[in-house]
Formats: sequence, structure tokens, C-alpha cells
Amino acid sequence: MEVLKGDALHSLQAKRLRWTVEQAGKVPFYRKMLQEAGVRPEDIRTVDDVQKLPFTRKTDLQGGYPFGFFAVPMKEVVRIHTTSGTTGKPTVVGYTRQDLDNWSELIARNLTMIGLTDEDVFQNAVNYGLFTGGLGFHYGAEKVGMTVIPSATGNTRRQIEMIDDFGVTAIHCTPSYAMHIAEVAEKEGTTLPTLATGIFGAEPWSDNMRRVLEGKLGVTAYDSYGMSEMYGPGAAFECPERNGLHIWHDMYLSEIIDPKTGEVLEPGERGELVVTPLVKEAMPLLRYRTGDITMFLEEECPCGRGMKIARLHGRSDDMLVIRGINVFPSQIEHVLRSVPEVGDEFLVYVDRVNHLDEMTIEVEMNRSAFRGELEDLTRTQNRVVAALKEALNLRTRVQLVEPESLPRYEGKAKRVIDRRGDDI
Amino acid sequence: MDVTKYTIKQISVFSENKPGRLAAIAGALEDEGINILAFSIAEANGFGVVRALVDRPDAAYKKLNAMGFMVSFTDVIAVKMRDVPGGLFEMARILSEAEINIEYSYAYSGREAAVLILRVDRVDAAVEKILARGGTLLSADEFS
Ligand SMILES: [Zn+2]
Repeated sequence: MEVLKGDALHSLQAKRLRWTVEQAGKVPFYRKMLQEAGVRPEDIRTVDDVQKLPFTRKTDLQGGYPFGFFAVPMKEVVRIHTTSGTTGKPTVVGYTRQDLDNWSELIARNLTMIGLTDEDVFQNAVNYGLFTGGLGFHYGAEKVGMTVIPSATGNTRRQIEMIDDFGVTAIHCTPSYAMHIAEVAEKEGTTLPTLATGIFGAEPWSDNMRRVLEGKLGVTAYDSYGMSEMYGPGAAFECPERNGLHIWHDMYLSEIIDPKTGEVLEPGERGELVVTPLVKEAMPLLRYRTGDITMFLEEECPCGRGMKIARLHGRSDDMLVIRGINVFPSQIEHVLRSVPEVGDEFLVYVDRVNHLDEMTIEVEMNRSAFRGELEDLTRTQNRVVAALKEALNLRTRVQLVEPESLPRYEGKAKRVIDRRGDDI
Repeated sequence: MDVTKYTIKQISVFSENKPGRLAAIAGALEDEGINILAFSIAEANGFGVVRALVDRPDAAYKKLNAMGFMVSFTDVIAVKMRDVPGGLFEMARILSEAEINIEYSYAYSGREAAVLILRVDRVDAAVEKILARGGTLLSADEFS
């Protein structure tokens, strides 16, 4: 499947696309959308017919909260994951048993592609729980037959001890956590001799960072891409060439569009990645706008697999990735509206401190709420921190600032100052 | 008894902990010819409250507010300290016996004696108790 190309691939994609359109028709949102667009499943004969379909946006999915986009009865849904949304409510993603199989098969394909086997010991140092990176890689690695250590995150010294004591050969974590592990390991005086493979994803990382991580951890580092709407991680992955990511064309029909006009772009032209998953049962999606900016690479990969996409660094919207968690400035706005002592204006600073992302939010005080007492202010500050923790699942620093002291904008407000830079 | 006579208007100003804020407040008051008689700064995580007793609190409020500062009036009392050992302890005991909490205090060297500025949770009760126990309070007039 993974090396399928040309006509054989196109005919498989067309067949699966037709099935997906049929499956999507079981969702009221899509039934209406397809009706309005005048498209029936039998109108899908070639891959290019995908362009007859309208786009699906993240906000559409949120409108269906919680289960409005499920195309199967709840008893067929065997797992749920969620992902942060642009407002208070998350996006809920459902999986049938077949979906989970497809997904772990996909992860297994990626791991096998980079040479991992049942001889490997795999430490999965990412968040477990609702975040798809944990369970997704867990089951995929088990499928390969690897020895899986579900170490999750935190307690870095213990993580390092496990790598050494259990003879871990491959690790999966966010690139920033990998940097942290590398530093602590250095302090602990170990070179992590068994470690040979590093899989890093869930947040953008540069080639510069790759060199540093490979040097410090003694691994070959691979980039992994995906999002909950596409099952989770594993939708695209670097092969041993490590020059772009193979997006799996048998499972995802991908397009690159101009985010402003919606026009479909050619290989070599940078734009927004739009994905139509081809085998998703519980939650089919049509032309889902990922918001991620990339391009198809024109050159064929020496490994013989299909067309690759460039590594992903930018977003077409204002989403931030903080320690692997998606954050939309609109979520912060939503939280601030719920605290009457502060105003709506805010400014987010993102820094990388000791290789970990730190988010500082400057919030204007509400003039009428000030009674002159320091304790009131401290209480307000703590309240905002707690509300943000609740909504974003992230610890943030909150700075109270004077009313009307933050910059005002006529057009679109610039709410985020990302100071992490492109390097480490 | 007219307790309001002893209720003194302190101005409390929110200030970010960044250079120049205190100087801006002091400078603005000076420009208006307002005298700062006493002040203290309370700091927390990244911000603070500047508390000041001035000779013209209404003018100070107006000026700082117009400059964009967040200002509020806070009622405090001013106790003239007897220059004898244990004066402070005596005052604390009077208030604690009456179950009045001191939220904060700061000192000010008055014309004749040291003066303690007190922010308490029940101003009226504090004024009555202190006077009843022979303490001396400065009236608001003495600050203008
Ligand atoms: Zn390749």
C-alpha cells in the first residue's frame, strides 16, 4: 500500500473517496452540505472530483460538539479523543474499532519504515490521555512487537533511569522535551548509550534543533506529523532520507490550497494542507482545512514511496503550539471574558526557557474593579491562572497590567509575540 | 462622635513593577503642586500598589486618573505614637481586643511625633476604641 503510485493509487483513492462521501452523508452537517453542493457519492469517479466538495473547517467541527460529526451509532464508537478548539469547547474525535486498527497500522508502518522492529525497546514519553500522541504511538509500537514503556511525561530523572536500565533504543516525545531530557542526562552524567532513534512531533522543530538533538542524545531524529482529526500522529512521517515527510496517500487524500482563495496549488507551491481521510469510519471528514502550511515536494524520494510534503512550520491561522498543546488566542479571550476583574485586551508572549515553552499573558485590569487592595489583585491574578489552566490544560504566567496600556489595533489584533525563534 | 473627622483618604495606585512608574506618579503630583506626606509600596508578583497620603487627595485622584493610572481611595486612620516604649504594642492590643484586623500599616514622621498610618477592616470601630482608650488620632484636616 505504501508504495502505491500512479493509476493504481488514483483508482484506490477514488474508490475510497466515494465511500467516504457516502459515509459523510450519514452526518447531518454533511448531508446538508452535499445537498447544497449538489454532489452525490456516485458523482465521485476520479480523485479530481474531490474539488467538487466544499471545505470543512475546524469551527464546523466545534459546531457539532460533542458528537454531531459521528457517522456511526455510539455503540460502534470505542474511543474518544479531544483536541483544543478555537473557543471554549474542544473538538471531539471518535474511533470505531476499525479506525483504531487503521491508526495503529499506520503508526506501525511508520516505525517499520525507519527500521524499528520487535527487537526494539520503545519509550513513549508523551502525554497519555485525551492527547492522541500517547495511545496512538503506544498501540502502533505494540503492533510492531516492540517492548513499549508507557512512561508518559514528567519526572525526567526517572525517564533517564528507565532509558539506561531498560536499554531503551527508541524514544518518542516532543522535541522540546527531548532537549530537556538531553540536558538532564548530561547533568546526570549518562550518554544514554542504548538510545539510537528519536521520533519527535506535536510541535514544529527546525533542522538546527535536529542537529543538536542528534548530537546530544546520540539518535537519528525523525519528524512525525498528524492531528486528532486525522486519527492523530502518523499521517505523515519522515523516511530514512529525512528530507520531507511521506504523507500516506492510500489513507489520506491531500491537497495544498491557497488559504485566501481556496485555489488548489501545484507541487512546489506553498499553501495550506487540506486533507480528506479515506478510511475513517466514525468521523469522516471532507476536505478538512488543517491550517498547517506546507507544500508537495516535486522531487521523487529515492526510497520509492509516494509524494512527500515539506516539514511543517507555519499556520494559516493564529494557533500556537505550546509544549505540544494547541492554543488559540481566542480561547484565552474566552477565558478572560469570564473574569470580570480583567478586561478583554491581552498580549501573549511565548518564550523557550530551558528548552520548554513558557507562555506569559499580559492582561489589562478592569478599572472599575480596583478597590485599592493588593490582595484583590493577587486573587484576580490567581483566578485567571486557574481559569486558563482549566481551559488550556497549561500552566501560564499571568501579568496584570494597567488599563489601556496594551496596544490597540484597528484591524486584526496582534495578540501573540512568539519569541522562540526558528532555532532552539 | 464624628468618626469621619478621623477618616483619612489615602490614594492607592496600581502600578506595574517596571522602571519609571513610581517616578511618573511622584512627578505628576509635583507638577500639580500636591505634597506627598507619606507613602508606601506593596508589591506582589509583577505588580504593586502605591499608597500615598497627600495634602489634596481629590486633585491627586483626578490627575492620576487622567494620566491613565488606576486609582482608588482607601480610608485609613493616623495614630500619633506616644514616644514611650511599648506604644506600638499598646495600639495593637487595643485593636486586637476589639477584634479589629490591621490589614497594613506604615509610618510617617509627623511634625511633632511619629505617626502610624493604619488600614483596618472596621474604621469606625477602630476610631472609637482608640479614642476611648486615650489614644490620639490625627484628623483629616491636619493633612490638608
Ligand atoms: Zn522516502
